Amino acid sequence: MWSSWSPLRRLQRIAVSASRPAAAGNNNYIGGMQRREQSALAHRVYITRKVPPEGLEIVRRCGRVKFELWDSDDPVPRDELLKKVKGVDGLLCMLTEKVDAELLDAAGPNLKVLSTMSVGFDHLCLDELKKRGIRVGYTPDVLTDAVAELTVALLLATSRRLIEAAHEAKTGGWGTWRTLWLCGYELANSTVGILGLGRIGVAIAERLKPFKVKKFLYTDVAPRPQLAEMINAEYVSLEELAKQSDFLAACCALTPETQGICNRKLFSQMKKNAIFINTSRGGIVNQEDLYEALSAGQIAAAGLDVTTPEPLPTDHPLFKLKNCVILPHIASASYTTRNAMSALAANNLLAGLRGEPMPKELEL
Amino acid sequence: SSRYGTACKVSLWDSDEPIPRTDLLQGVSGAHGILCLLSDRIDAEVINAAGPNLKVISTLSVGFDHLAVGEIKKRGVRVGYTPDVLTDATAELTVALLLATARRIPEGVEEVKNGGWSSWKPLWLCGYGLSGSTVGVIGLGRIGLAIARRLKPFGVKRLLYSGRTSKPQAAEVDGEFASLDRLVSESDFVVVSCSLTPETQGLCDKALFSKMKKTAVFVNTSRGAVVNQEDLHEALSSGRIAAAGLDVTTPEPLPTDHPLLKLKNCVILPHIGSATYSTRGIMAELCANNLLAGLTGSAMPSELAL
Repeated sequence: MWSSWSPLRRLQRIAVSASRPAAAGNNNYIGGMQRREQSALAHRVYITRKVPPEGLEIVRRCGRVKFELWDSDDPVPRDELLKKVKGVDGLLCMLTEKVDAELLDAAGPNLKVLSTMSVGFDHLCLDELKKRGIRVGYTPDVLTDAVAELTVALLLATSRRLIEAAHEAKTGGWGTWRTLWLCGYELANSTVGILGLGRIGVAIAERLKPFKVKKFLYTDVAPRPQLAEMINAEYVSLEELAKQSDFLAACCALTPETQGICNRKLFSQMKKNAIFINTSRGGIVNQEDLYEALSAGQIAAAGLDVTTPEPLPTDHPLFKLKNCVILPHIASASYTTRNAMSALAANNLLAGLRGEPMPKELEL
Repeated sequence: SSRYGTACKVSLWDSDEPIPRTDLLQGVSGAHGILCLLSDRIDAEVINAAGPNLKVISTLSVGFDHLAVGEIKKRGVRVGYTPDVLTDATAELTVALLLATARRIPEGVEEVKNGGWSSWKPLWLCGYGLSGSTVGVIGLGRIGLAIARRLKPFGVKRLLYSGRTSKPQAAEVDGEFASLDRLVSESDFVVVSCSLTPETQGLCDKALFSKMKKTAVFVNTSRGAVVNQEDLHEALSSGRIAAAGLDVTTPEPLPTDHPLLKLKNCVILPHIGSATYSTRGIMAELCANNLLAGLTGSAMPSELAL
């Protein structure tokens, strides 16, 4: 069974040995230095989740850090968060925490470092952070492989109708072999379009290449020649991308410019047999327009790993569609990757507290 | 039919459902050619029912375990099949199934639908990635090689393969020839891609699963009978291996109350390896051309050497 994988057991043993009974009640775990080492020179840090063991270990081993942890798999409630960040020097957060003026005011002037365990930073108010001279760490690159892999997995699950097929196998829809039953769309001889060519877009294209994709196209705010060269991709307008792509993968960051960029207009320009995939951020898709496009047959199918909101309410219309596959934001969900992200976030945090260069600092 | 310069009188079982045995035995009587699917068992009984006119059997598949090859050869009947044209679709589906199994996609979809998704969590629904892994392909034929090519850019560190002999084409994917034992004990992903023969029947059994890693993912898109399903169920439910993905089973369809369908860590697909519109179209065309060539005594585009 999945839950009995030995890596999970090993990680759970590490997590249990790392945590001790909380000094305070509820989910807060306070750890770090021994009492006699505590001094006014110690950095105070708040960690907004039970992060994977590698990162926690790194913080714990650091002699000059006293940390408090929301010791749960679930996000810390907002009011609790606002209380706990008072006076901290560093904050390690997830993409579920909105880091805005309210939070930064609550934290106060000691806050020097904000480290997010994600590559996306749309949950951070960069202006407010920059204004206060707070440095920001994030986790690009370590998750590129896992995210690209899941994107391709989702694309294939969508184009080859795996969810429908598995369901038929379970519920008696499977008769004997039939010639046109559950046929899908092949990558061979297709045109793949990437909306937003960054590290992840390139990694996706590299994985798709041996499936005999005929052509790679991409669009972005400006051409990205160095990245494009790696995958032999041609720069086109958004409209051309829509018109020519058999498979369109959205890989752009969520910004005011990309908010809702995948809308009625885009879907109406796409091919009837096209497959649309989004593993970037839910906010770039207008979900009502997507629903319309899928139910009217304007495009063949869609696969989403990100939605608005997250989680998507179970009564959302998109769930009624057989040709829409929705995953719960698991693109970076491999044990290796989540531990690597945790470790990087911890190292970013500690480097920032020491006033040193971070392994991965976000340019503000 | 103009390409082969012959006219055919065609009797067609005009349904998506398979032809019942009695109708098949009646329908083939006096036929010069039979165009069949892999769900039609063409054995001595059928060939006898067809009679002495029978010159060619053309199957809409690359597998031919449903054809009694010995009997067919004895009567001098030629056989056409559809290799190569379905290699891409099948390799693609195999990789799709491997990824869906390793990254827990059906589980993820289920959690989203039933309210199990509450928020982004660091260790929820974590799976195993291909990056840095060892992949073992049992049977590096056309499809096995095509699978290996597609897996390579996912950061696979080592590609092992097993079979009767080593293959020069394995060099293209840096494939390392290994004994079956070494392959199963060292691989993080075991992919079965061999044809079904008396030697491979029941190859994947308790002994094989017991040599695999506890964290390994097993994938079979070849033929159901290569796997001992009771042993697989035991291995999956006891945590002997991590997960399995199957596109082929015994029987097909698999009864809906089969224990394998109840396991969270087993993904089962209803034999859709070659199921793309373009591939099925090309297969059908090839199958028809094989048949017509057989009827006119010409060279077939794809003849099965008996």
